[in-house]
Amino acid sequence: MLPKTMNDFPESIKLNWGLYVDNFIKWLNTNYGEVFDAITAVILWFMVNIEAFLQWVPWWLVIAIIFVLGWRARNLVSAFVFSSLLFVVGTFGLWDHMMSTLAIVLTSVVISLLIGIPVGIIMTYSTRLDAVIRPILDAMQTMPSFVYLIPALILFGLGKVPAVFATTIYAIPPVIRLTSLGIRSVPGEMVEAAQSFGSSRWQLLTKVQLPQALPTIMAGINQTTMMALAMVVISSMIGAKGLGMEVLIAINRIDIARGFEAGLSIVFLAIIIDRISQGVANKYEISK
Amino acid sequence: MTVKVKVERLTKIFGPNPQPVLEKIKDGFTKNEILEETGHTVGVYDVSFEVKEGETFVIMGLSGSGKSTLIRCLNLLNKPTEGNIFIDDTNIVKLAKKDLKQLRQQKLAMVFQHFGLLTHRNVIKNVEYGLEIRGIPTEERQNIANKILVSVGLEGWENKLIGELSGGMQQRVGLARALANDPDVLLMDEPFSALDPLIRREMQYELLDIQSKLKKTIIFITHDVNEAFKIGDRVAVMKDGMMEQIGTPEEIIAKPQSTYIEEFIKDIDRSKVLQAKNIMFKCSALVSVKDGPRVAVKIMESNGISSVFVVDEQLRLQGIVTIDDTIIAIKENKGIADILRQDYYTADPETYMQDLLPMATNTKFPLAVTDENNKLLGIIVRVSVLSGLV
Ligand SMILES: Nc1ncnc2c1ncn2[C@@H]1O[C@H](COP(=O)(O)OP(=O)(O)OP(=O)(O)O)[C@@H](O)[C@H]1O
Ligand SMILES: [Mg+2]
Repeated sequence: MLPKTMNDFPESIKLNWGLYVDNFIKWLNTNYGEVFDAITAVILWFMVNIEAFLQWVPWWLVIAIIFVLGWRARNLVSAFVFSSLLFVVGTFGLWDHMMSTLAIVLTSVVISLLIGIPVGIIMTYSTRLDAVIRPILDAMQTMPSFVYLIPALILFGLGKVPAVFATTIYAIPPVIRLTSLGIRSVPGEMVEAAQSFGSSRWQLLTKVQLPQALPTIMAGINQTTMMALAMVVISSMIGAKGLGMEVLIAINRIDIARGFEAGLSIVFLAIIIDRISQGVANKYEISK
Repeated sequence: MTVKVKVERLTKIFGPNPQPVLEKIKDGFTKNEILEETGHTVGVYDVSFEVKEGETFVIMGLSGSGKSTLIRCLNLLNKPTEGNIFIDDTNIVKLAKKDLKQLRQQKLAMVFQHFGLLTHRNVIKNVEYGLEIRGIPTEERQNIANKILVSVGLEGWENKLIGELSGGMQQRVGLARALANDPDVLLMDEPFSALDPLIRREMQYELLDIQSKLKKTIIFITHDVNEAFKIGDRVAVMKDGMMEQIGTPEEIIAKPQSTYIEEFIKDIDRSKVLQAKNIMFKCSALVSVKDGPRVAVKIMESNGISSVFVVDEQLRLQGIVTIDDTIIAIKENKGIADILRQDYYTADPETYMQDLLPMATNTKFPLAVTDENNKLLGIIVRVSVLSGLV
């Protein structure tokens, strides 16, 4: 028999790891508060404009644009289905909420691409950097998405900006991974051929590696977009208005009708974005 | 002719720390021992050779003998561990990054075994690649690319995607891309190995044809002896990263320097390599048209032959006389000119043995080898052609 004390981990060696992280974030906030304020200002400016633009565009024009995009990326039937789905969201009375959601998603995706694609490229140049970034990406993806809300809240306060921050962190891994994968999968002989003609690193990247990796990068963009959309409901917990907020309110009030409409709107939005971006990605695959 | 490429004691060892390994080879350890002990692979060891301007230099050897490693050192896709490589007297091993780029853009071009084409571009955009890298204006590079495409027989395929082309056509694009840069030296690493035999033969002739017009310096790798001997002005045979023998195809067939090379050339078809000039004799027994029949009989007698070729003062071939006809001529008081026969065969010195065979089977006289002025260069006795049939 083991002594009873062996069953419990000794309390005497309890360390306050969480506290250290807490202190670190607070330290960041007090010492680099201005940096975060600046970031907030830029993101906010960007978002406000996108949102204003999306709200300004007449609803029928949005539906028409989606129709054309759906037609171009897939086929007439899809185009018809997509625009009908959008119309249904309108009949729910959730058009403005949808546009707010779309603004957060678009902003997060744009930031993800601006950061993610260069990071993915740099990772392929250095195995050491790759070895550092890879586990971070793994951690970012396995961490429950709620966890990002806390530092986002502390650093950026309530509202849209922390929502964008949390969404970006949650959504960025696929585009980094797939950019890196796409470039690494370019056949060695093709790269050597380009080098043997005296290409510079930049020429190699822009004329050979990126065009070859494009279908894979497009798949990454598609995944990133879908993850951003999935984060929307969660980010409404820190005050981002939109479809997610509607769902949250519905849950709190046990309002089945409202929850159903808002939930369905998110699903519709997801279907439309996914199918169109996949259609575009497939187009690149074929022309390869 | 000037030396275009000169390789001096080149060594390439793969692995993180090649210097100590270098010492080990010098101490006489074999490639396998070194791999087991240090984990380093000896790709090429102590190779030296020269390639002259306009020459086609073929490197041949079994798989893993270091052919690719060697050719990739020539444009520094592999960085040599030791040794020097001179192209036009410039030692390229020591070039700075910028100069290396320039060298690759202007002097060297490579054709790859699996083509290495850019599948996201169409045919003409592939051919333009090297020119684009050099910053040549769009219109000019299109003109150049169009011309080259015509010369490799790809007219009308400019806008096709690479995936739509057969293997043979893809390699034509590879060749065109390399030629578009107008390089001094063309590096070809088993360019035809991935093609089926028929297309391969066609491409070999095409290359010979292009080479006869452009006179590039070509370094060509193959593990096919027949291809090596067909294309190469000189052939180098590699084994375990080292040079076994360098020479013309005839020299290698005539005097293989090791059992490895004998093994290599065992199944070569000699009749396709050896030419009339390789098997002809300088002819000592000749009769002049001015000689009388009695002189002819004397010459035939002293050489133990029953017919003899007749030439004029400039050694131009006039005909052949037989011993029977000469004896009759003496009896009937005729001259040599009256009994000249023309039913013999002549061949130029470049005729391949396989083409001499039907002649040799159809005549009882030796074959005469003449130049374009009908000057007699030598004779080929039938036995040296027909014995090849055994
Ligand atoms: N990048 C590399 N790293 C380590 N070893 C290599 C590398 N490239 C080639 N080698 C080794 O060097 C040796 C020579 O290879 P190489 O590719 O030059 O042979 P080859 O004669 O071209 O053969 P093949 O006919 O199969 O193309 C082989 O033992 C090979 O395993
Ligand atoms: Mg090889």
